[in-house]
Amino acid sequence: MTIMITHIFLQNYWWFIVSLLGSFLVFLMFVQGGQTFLFSLAKNEMQRTMIVNTLGRKWEFTFTTLVTFGGAFFASFPLFYSTSFGGAYWVWMAILFSFILQAVAYEYRSKPSNVYGKKTFDFFLLLNGSLGPFLIGVAVATFFTGSKFSLNQMNQVKWETQWHGIEALLNIKNLALGLAVLFLVRINGLLYIINTVEEENVVASAHKKLTFNIIPFLLFFLFFIIMLLVSSGFAADRVTGVVSMESLKYLHNLLRMPVVLIFFLSGVLVVLFGISIAVFKKSSKGIWFTGPGTILTVLSLFLTAGYNGTAFYPSIFNLQNSLTIRNASSSQFTLKTMTIVSFFIPIVIAYIWYTWKSISNKKINEDEMKSDGHVY
Amino acid sequence: MIENINPGLIDWSRAQFALTAIYHWLFVPLTLGLSFLVAMMETIYVRTGKEEWKRLTRFWMTLFGINFAIGVATGIILEFEFGTNWSNYSWFVGDIFGAPLAIEGILAFFLESTFVAVMFFGWNKVSRKFHLLSSWLVAIGASFSALWILVANAWMENPVGMVFNPDTVRNEMMNFWAVLFNPVAVDKFLHTISSGFVLASMFVMGISAWFLIKKREELLAKRSILIAGIFGLASSLFLAFTGDSSARTIARIQPVKFEAFEALSDGKQNAPLVAFGVLHGSGEKIGGKELPNFIFKIEIPDLLSVMTSGNKDAYVPGLKDHIEGNSDKGILSVIEKAERGKIARQTLLDYKKAKENKDNEQIGVLLKKFQDQGFRDNYFKYFGYAFINSPEEVIPEIYGAFYSFHLMVILGFLFILIFSLALIFLFNGTIGSKRWFLWILLFSIPLPYLASELGWILTEMGRQPWIIQDLMPVKIAVSNISADSVKTTFFLFVFIFTALLIAEISIMLKQIRLGPKH
Repeated sequence: MTIMITHIFLQNYWWFIVSLLGSFLVFLMFVQGGQTFLFSLAKNEMQRTMIVNTLGRKWEFTFTTLVTFGGAFFASFPLFYSTSFGGAYWVWMAILFSFILQAVAYEYRSKPSNVYGKKTFDFFLLLNGSLGPFLIGVAVATFFTGSKFSLNQMNQVKWETQWHGIEALLNIKNLALGLAVLFLVRINGLLYIINTVEEENVVASAHKKLTFNIIPFLLFFLFFIIMLLVSSGFAADRVTGVVSMESLKYLHNLLRMPVVLIFFLSGVLVVLFGISIAVFKKSSKGIWFTGPGTILTVLSLFLTAGYNGTAFYPSIFNLQNSLTIRNASSSQFTLKTMTIVSFFIPIVIAYIWYTWKSISNKKINEDEMKSDGHVY
Repeated sequence: MIENINPGLIDWSRAQFALTAIYHWLFVPLTLGLSFLVAMMETIYVRTGKEEWKRLTRFWMTLFGINFAIGVATGIILEFEFGTNWSNYSWFVGDIFGAPLAIEGILAFFLESTFVAVMFFGWNKVSRKFHLLSSWLVAIGASFSALWILVANAWMENPVGMVFNPDTVRNEMMNFWAVLFNPVAVDKFLHTISSGFVLASMFVMGISAWFLIKKREELLAKRSILIAGIFGLASSLFLAFTGDSSARTIARIQPVKFEAFEALSDGKQNAPLVAFGVLHGSGEKIGGKELPNFIFKIEIPDLLSVMTSGNKDAYVPGLKDHIEGNSDKGILSVIEKAERGKIARQTLLDYKKAKENKDNEQIGVLLKKFQDQGFRDNYFKYFGYAFINSPEEVIPEIYGAFYSFHLMVILGFLFILIFSLALIFLFNGTIGSKRWFLWILLFSIPLPYLASELGWILTEMGRQPWIIQDLMPVKIAVSNISADSVKTTFFLFVFIFTALLIAEISIMLKQIRLGPKH
């Protein structure tokens, strides 16, 4: 029996996969969020070592997810890859620079003869932790606010401002999402540290810091969401592909896609629940709720950006050059091939889960840091 | 198709990519080889239960970790630079090129990053066997990752398994297996990973030799030399075999690159192989480009003819044949290819115009052309030549290609000799007393790095002016950004990569001096 898989189905499927990878990335950036507390949360060197090590045992997963997110986007929506990366050059370059610094910082920070000293590498971690999530949030916000670019008849991009991505920082909605992501990953970082570090002072201090991050997160997140729901969006006609502005487009998207709406509402509620049990009950399990909540919320935002006849990478220079999951995708054959590969993803998740459990069976404490094992 | 081609932008974009690739390749081969050596040593530990093998494993694993981190840092840049600096390329080939990169992420990177955590943090947390399995999976993951990126790279050398779609103006994949089993990909993968094995073996032997010179950790050093010597000798023999196969494939698929690294200006029968030589200008020019001649050369009669065709009387074409054409041998001139390329490009422009005017009849006629195998084989195949302004543009930098290739090959044979001597001296028990040889081992560490980088310089520079052989020259592949932006990021990369390299080397040297932990 031959199963006909249409191009449209594959495009939707791959938008879902890319969205899922993006939402896992935002969750896994709890590593970056935790890195922003290296200097403020630790009162002595041992405490800092514990924080660095609990985060450091996960940094490669975040990094790999970022690289895979990039690769999957390239394979499934190459026009986005060529348009956004080649156009918004400076935003992506700034993100990349911050990740280069992270990749060496853990391994090198406490090694003797590291030339620049431990504090420099810790500063790299702070820089990556702040800049990375903020700029990724800004870049994702342009999915809703648009960018100034044009495509010629050969689908080659021209960025219609000399700022090449820096102009995204001048849009208040982009800034709001960037800051919301930054404070969200900081909250997740704190909750992760609370969950995995066995040191009273660090945990108590992390609990204290939670409140100061929850308030700005809620402010920026609510501001972005309200602005998003009341603003016009970029609607793409399903038959002709013509893009036009539609008032309350993103609100319409959520209402017309009840499953996405449920993802969004339940994601937000689960995040709030995780935060509240950490704040009010001093529970260490907050991350178990904010993690899945983050994934559901971010996933719903990605799906809102791309599904229901929406241009996911709009051009505010020429609406008709906007990218949709229809016009920016790979061919049916490539998507089909990639779909077969995607069936391996559950196996990948399964072995990651198994190994995480195997090596995280002990909490990070002073004894663990003094043990014979590998310590950053 | 491209409004303004800015030579400064092209040069800076190429410089930036070359810089990133060269830096990245300083770290990857060691990761490829050392991961296997570590896994082998750990296997012996698990089988014998002897703690000295565990010490040894952990020592080399520490060096692996230091190197791995900086390899990851430089690798992420390469992936994203296809988009940031080569966006026109990314669109033109994204339907094919993106897939191996995504597969690399899903199937290889997660394998590496997951099990590398077990390697470092799992010693007292998981069973010995699971830890050993993790070490092997890291090694396999590293080679797997090399496979996919080399499949992508091989497609640039030999674009196969696709068809051009005039609607989207890109090449679209038609046959995944043709892309995966591209003969260039097979050769490239085997040659590249074996070069990594050789490099890591030389690294391990060189450092072990230092311990013997210092009379420290002698037992562990000798055991390391034993493992690295056997692995290195087997790999260097395989490297020579895959190198030979690679050269034959290039001769068939990228003859101009082959003629450049053989400095073969004139085609000839009974062509000799130049083992080594010194070039100078011959005074003879094609267009504005002067062809080289040999001041001095050592050659093996007939061997090039035998290598390329299996027959000593066979004709091996030269650069002149491929530039000026040779009708007797059925070789088109660059001018003829450019004419055909221009017809292909004009057909595309006409198709776009017909679409704009909604001229359905014309659309149908032109679309049929793009679907016609004859048009594809005789015209679209030369699409990239439409952008070539003068024939000599298609000749890569001959001096660079010639010396890179020959030096690489000479070094390859030297590695076989070094590994053989190391094993002989080890087995007859004299290695510890042969200080001269130990110094040679130590100072040989940089040589495989040099050979490996030369290999990549040859591959990438030898393909010029093409980013995709015959289909797309680099000059139309760049992103439409200012040369100043690229120049700025270039210097930022120089600064950061160099600073990190200094830290890496300093940390490595310190860890080596500290030696295995007791």
